[in-house]
Amino acid sequence: MQQRPQAGLTPKLQVTLRVNGVERRVSLRPWTTLLDALREYLDLTGTKKGCDHGQCGACTVLVDGRRIVSCLTLAVMKDGAEITTIEGLATDGELHPLQKAFISHDGFQCGYCTPGQICSAVGLIDEGHAKTADEIRELMSGNVCRCGCYPNIVAAIEEVMQGAPAEVAP
Amino acid sequence: MIDFDYVKARDVSDAVSRIARDPAAKFIAGGTNLIDLMKENVARPTRLIDITGLPLTEIEETDAGGLLIGALVPNSDLAYDARITKRYPLLSSAILAGASAQLRNMASTGGNLLQRTRCLYFYDTTTPCNKREPGSGCSAIDGFNRMNAVLGWSEACIAVHPSDMCVALAVLEATVHVSGPKGDRAIPFAEFHRLPGDTPDIDTNLAGDEIITAIELPAEGFARNYSYLKIRDRLSYAFALVSVAAGLKLEGGAIKEARLALGGVAHKPWRVPAAEKRLRGQQPSRKVFSETADLILQGARGFAHNNFKIELARRAIVRTLEQAAAGTPQSQSVKAIV
Repeated sequence: MQQRPQAGLTPKLQVTLRVNGVERRVSLRPWTTLLDALREYLDLTGTKKGCDHGQCGACTVLVDGRRIVSCLTLAVMKDGAEITTIEGLATDGELHPLQKAFISHDGFQCGYCTPGQICSAVGLIDEGHAKTADEIRELMSGNVCRCGCYPNIVAAIEEVMQGAPAEVAP
Repeated sequence: MIDFDYVKARDVSDAVSRIARDPAAKFIAGGTNLIDLMKENVARPTRLIDITGLPLTEIEETDAGGLLIGALVPNSDLAYDARITKRYPLLSSAILAGASAQLRNMASTGGNLLQRTRCLYFYDTTTPCNKREPGSGCSAIDGFNRMNAVLGWSEACIAVHPSDMCVALAVLEATVHVSGPKGDRAIPFAEFHRLPGDTPDIDTNLAGDEIITAIELPAEGFARNYSYLKIRDRLSYAFALVSVAAGLKLEGGAIKEARLALGGVAHKPWRVPAAEKRLRGQQPSRKVFSETADLILQGARGFAHNNFKIELARRAIVRTLEQAAAGTPQSQSVKAIV
């Protein structure tokens, strides 16, 4: 990382993000990614940094309802945008149907990719292009799970897509 | 990443005048390739000009019966647009064969054309690369060159263009509309990307102070007989080893017109007009398609790790033409190749 002397750094810019329904104002340099803004400036560490190069999907969040990778997004370019992260999916203490389904189907092992998987699945279902398990697999291919929980992830998404949210055992 | 500043362009002429004043600046739209290259210190712009606010987000009908696609239309919106899926399904199929759902939601139409090679040595700043640092040499020629070119390469560079969408746009003979300080111009798709020659650092014929405003599709979309077949190391979310886009027009069972382009094998989508011409008037058959493949791959030459691409391309060409002729295009979700 090669940078100009501190005194010469490009000044910070004021950015307003509406994150999980709450307006957050933050002062950022232009190179701060949305991922780093969430994790390092807004203390929302649910969104994970995996590869930081758009290859793993761990940092997937929803921006204005669309799933994107936050590691290849500059926060200053999303001024005024609506951001939804894993922390914003539960309502009134009740887990989102996909969160419940990931639990009941055992859709994770280490859990590191899970926030990205679930945010991506929310986007997938909203997009409405996946009807079959093959289509789910194809349209979830941007989310890598090195524990190899793919069959259970697909089962969890399929269940929610078919509108039968899983019951989580107490 | 180096220190850079950030401005938003107000309109197309503002964007053009800003980039004309500052050759070290770069436009940013989806950012999926540029930010990655900046993190790797391969791209080092001192200023980013954000063009995402420009009014280039529409898909419009043209008087010629085609479509004009704004440069900022996201790849996913383009792939799923009803006019594209109905009239240009080859384009939709090629887009959906590339990247991931998240990246397609971010990446712009214009940016897809301008993405840079994924050659390992272009990304690795500790090694020589003529594309990254002109005159430093090519590490891929004697290096790990499994993903590199077998056609159209030069001693200076054996990188390939990574886009899937562009392979379809080559078949469709799209036109790239650009705007610069001297006004607007239209570049035929075949002339947009360059072969490496002695200047592999220059990927396209877009001038440094020009901006892509739109991609125009002519009326003919080969919607009945087409296929996009992409062969890669894993079934999804990987760059092509070889890909083939084919569009045919059939009349009474015979081929009236044929278009074919290869991806993953050259510095630009690879077309051989003479081979397409030879298909005219022929009845589709494996023999005819094999001859086409031979003609296209005449002069192909690989390296230590990618010689297999030549035979792979030969078979992929035959299979894609068979799929197109039969009206059974390759599915991009069920990956069995039939």
